[in-house]
Amino acid sequence: MGTFWMPEGASTMSGEVDSLFYLVYWISVVIFIGVVAAMAYFAIKYRRTRESYVPPIVHENRFLEAAMIFIPLILTMVVFTFGFKTYLKMNIAPPTAYTIEAVASQWKWDFTYPNGKQVTGELHVPEGKPVKVHSTSMDVLHSFFIPQFRVKQDVVPNRYSSVWFQATKVDSFDVFCTEYCGTSHSGMLAKVIVHKPEDFEAWLNAGDDRPLDVQGESLFKANSCNTCHSIDGSRIVGPTFKGLFGSSRTFADGTTRTADEDYLRQSIMQPGSEIVESYPNVMPASYGTTLRPDDVTKIIEYIKTLK
Amino acid sequence: MSETVAVPASIDTSVPKNYLNHDKSIKSWLLTLDHKRIALLYLVTISIVFLVAGVLALLVRAELFTAGETLMKPDTYNQFFSLHGILMVFLFIVPSVPAIMGNFVMPMQLGAIDVAFPRLNLASYYIYLIGGVLVVTAILAGNIDTGWTFYTPYSARLGSSVIFMTLAVFIAGFSSILTGLNFIVTIHKMRAPGLTWNRLPLFVWSIYATSIVQVLATPVIGITMLLLLLEKTLQIGIFDPALGGDPILFQHFFWFYSHPAVYIMILPAFGIISDLMGVFSRHEVQGYKFVALSSVAIAFLGFLVWGHHMFVSGQSAISSIVFSLITYLIGIPTGVKVLNWVGTMYRGSVSFKTPMLYALSFLFLFTIGGLTGVALGVLGLDIHLHDTYFVVAHFHYVMMGGTVIAAIGGLHYWWPKITGKMYNETMGSIAAVLIFIGFNVTFFTQFVLGTKGMPRRYYDYQIQYEALHQISTVGSWILASGLFLVLFTFIHSLMKGKKAGSNPWGAATLEWTHTASPPSPHNFDEQPIVTHGPYDYHALARVSGDGAAQTSEPELSESRH
Amino acid sequence: MDQQFDASKMGMWIFLVTEVLLFSGMFVAYTVYRVWHPETFDLLSGALDWRLGGFNTLVLLGSSFTVAMSIHSIQKSDKKATVMYLVITLICAAAFMVVKYIEYTTKFEHGVFPGAHFAPHGEHYAPFDVPYAPQFFSIYFVMTGIHGVHVLVGMGVIAWIAIRTAKGHFDSQYYTPIELTGLYWHLVDIIWIFLFPLLYLI
Repeated sequence: MGTFWMPEGASTMSGEVDSLFYLVYWISVVIFIGVVAAMAYFAIKYRRTRESYVPPIVHENRFLEAAMIFIPLILTMVVFTFGFKTYLKMNIAPPTAYTIEAVASQWKWDFTYPNGKQVTGELHVPEGKPVKVHSTSMDVLHSFFIPQFRVKQDVVPNRYSSVWFQATKVDSFDVFCTEYCGTSHSGMLAKVIVHKPEDFEAWLNAGDDRPLDVQGESLFKANSCNTCHSIDGSRIVGPTFKGLFGSSRTFADGTTRTADEDYLRQSIMQPGSEIVESYPNVMPASYGTTLRPDDVTKIIEYIKTLK
Repeated sequence: MSETVAVPASIDTSVPKNYLNHDKSIKSWLLTLDHKRIALLYLVTISIVFLVAGVLALLVRAELFTAGETLMKPDTYNQFFSLHGILMVFLFIVPSVPAIMGNFVMPMQLGAIDVAFPRLNLASYYIYLIGGVLVVTAILAGNIDTGWTFYTPYSARLGSSVIFMTLAVFIAGFSSILTGLNFIVTIHKMRAPGLTWNRLPLFVWSIYATSIVQVLATPVIGITMLLLLLEKTLQIGIFDPALGGDPILFQHFFWFYSHPAVYIMILPAFGIISDLMGVFSRHEVQGYKFVALSSVAIAFLGFLVWGHHMFVSGQSAISSIVFSLITYLIGIPTGVKVLNWVGTMYRGSVSFKTPMLYALSFLFLFTIGGLTGVALGVLGLDIHLHDTYFVVAHFHYVMMGGTVIAAIGGLHYWWPKITGKMYNETMGSIAAVLIFIGFNVTFFTQFVLGTKGMPRRYYDYQIQYEALHQISTVGSWILASGLFLVLFTFIHSLMKGKKAGSNPWGAATLEWTHTASPPSPHNFDEQPIVTHGPYDYHALARVSGDGAAQTSEPELSESRH
Repeated sequence: MDQQFDASKMGMWIFLVTEVLLFSGMFVAYTVYRVWHPETFDLLSGALDWRLGGFNTLVLLGSSFTVAMSIHSIQKSDKKATVMYLVITLICAAAFMVVKYIEYTTKFEHGVFPGAHFAPHGEHYAPFDVPYAPQFFSIYFVMTGIHGVHVLVGMGVIAWIAIRTAKGHFDSQYYTPIELTGLYWHLVDIIWIFLFPLLYLI
């Protein structure tokens, strides 16, 4: 489960990145101990004992000065070369890589598979095969980061960027957004789930036969609704979903309305259209374009269960 | 302003006229053209900014004490970390050392009665103040949660407060440009007879290099902020992808300033450390020419490495490789400086007064900051570490462990000159040790958090990071107690401090050898003539501390205003 | 040593360097967008009237000459001539601003606004509604706008200097402010000499 520094590695690149880290780390430790030891030794050995003593001038040692420039130069060039090689490998995906399309928006990740299957908040990948995540953003900058795979790539609106990896462990890991993107930046999480290749195929071709409200609950989490809306009645950023369905809402302009299905759909698709009294108007409008109509239905079904 | 008012009041009337007591009216302070008084205006204002931004940092750390909500809502947290960054970078650390110590000390180290353009100097202060007022306006207008980097398109879509904030940065930038311009001309034109470039104190050299960067880089952040402002108000579509603009272009513009700005922040600290190492080792600073010129070299090379902030942004692989390579080149002169400072103690006479404790802790912390910087410059590794707490820890080791520690050390060192009073050595030393311990507890843990993958700017985090976050937060309390003890030490010194002699440290630079503590309004009673280097303690011993070996007619500044 | 060299002149030169860098940011933005969308920029330089731009170039060049003449005159302590040349400079600058005003208002009347509000109509401007045209006009308005602000500031300073000359503050012994104003004015002129071909001609 990882070391003092690095988390456990679970991709073909992680070993290489870790050795790079430890190369830099040990060179740094040696230099650091050298500097601090010299500092401590000089400071103690030459501490001031007589107030009036003026020590003799020490003439510069040209050889030492040159060595101080030359040795770090060689060390850094060595480190640069290794870093450069690893970087190229991380940059160039194998041509056979399995490509998954990703769309980032405030504050969720949507993944689309080559067969059209769409999943929010979960990236399912096969073990032992190179996978390329080809991504763009709907709104602001985001960044796709899986610590265990040692990969990271900014996701930019109006541009495509990609990142590739080959998972080596059947397990699930966190995907973080690492480019600040607003209120729920820290809630913009996803899971990468590594399957055995045959299990991956099975997953890819299976439909979802769970009840609508259970699917809705998954969507509620995958779309990061839960970072602003509680299900226990407490206030986070937006109104709680507990007891929401059927209740009477009072808006900032003083009007009221019963929270029926139409209201819930409208609040999700056009969040700024009616703002509940005392709450800020901060919900991104992008949900209106990135959620599919049946997803909205499922989320509404889930909200209905929160009495 | 309480401090500046308290100082003259506490001085005995029998004391000869000095810059603090020669005119005590409020107006004489607010409209002063004296570089020393302007430095004190900056000292008070910048200290207030540091206090506010520091409290914000404590609140941010307190919120992170537990996963999930600890004290505040996500929006509040996001605003707090953004304001912490904006205040610390643009209103605290960029102006701090140049505007306070550069203003106070540099003209005296040159043997000049003032800077080249005293009125411009006062104007710079008020321009800075206007920037500060705009920041307050922006805070009151609310919702600044862009981080200090203002990345588009996020920043372009935020409320009107961003307008005030970018305007504030734009205006504060002008203050920085004008100060830099003033200092460059001062250093070129106002040196005392005999003060050749080879005899300049290293602090002056570093202020010179800093000023070059200020003058060359700040206009670019100015235009960037202006374009962002227009993006926000007129939707000009240069940076916003929704209008056909390019957000990566903003990042290039932003870092073209903000990387050199890192050198605006750290170079003055190098200067302070050089002076401290020389004085408290009573020894020639090793490799004087190298240390002096490498500051200037770093200033120029600093313009060529901005792209190393963008390895994962989507810029081309070739750019990343080139930027990585140049980044190493800049690391080498910096490393050699550290070795020269350590070497200065060799066969010296090392005194452990409080300023030296800060200098030693600078060497310790800055070495860590520098080495982790090299780690971040390694392309393959940066991918993993980018935008994690590793980066946060790295720049705090450089900015706080480097610049702030050096600035506090410098403030202790020049305190007797500024106020005419000594501070309590025991209290000063305890504070230095507390800060050193607190700093490492706070930020070393963040290196570990970073390698483990904890992203920065997170309000909430996975439970596996909680223990490390708690250690870091406890560290921030130790650090804060150390900083408050520094404040207390200084206040204590103002009230009860012993009277300082003109040269309590036995330094060989002009501000100690040729002026009283505190100095007279015109610094020097007669024009000093420089006959030896800034760290030539043998020459100093020959003239037995008096220093005034030769004198000549006092000479007024030759410039007309 | 170099102590004789005038400190304020050195300060002015450094200030001019910062001005150049301020504009360089916009020149970079121009270059980047031009490289990305060369056909748009080629086409759109036709949307600007090169005759008006050319007139403005001549006017500014003339004003640079007169400001140089004003320094020449004060060196001979000829205050009358100095004031006259400064006033001519001021008139040239005003003519420049009037032409700029005409250019701007014609564009606004035809819906040619920077960025998001770009909605050109009318016989002349309608053909220019192509992708990235808003960016071209954003860059046009920002660059010429900031340049225009510099012209206005310059006019203020020149007027002030002219009044002080008339009051007899300057002579051949002391005329630093006139010299510094001249330096600044030359910079404003030079920047326009780059803007004109980049925006109007190519």
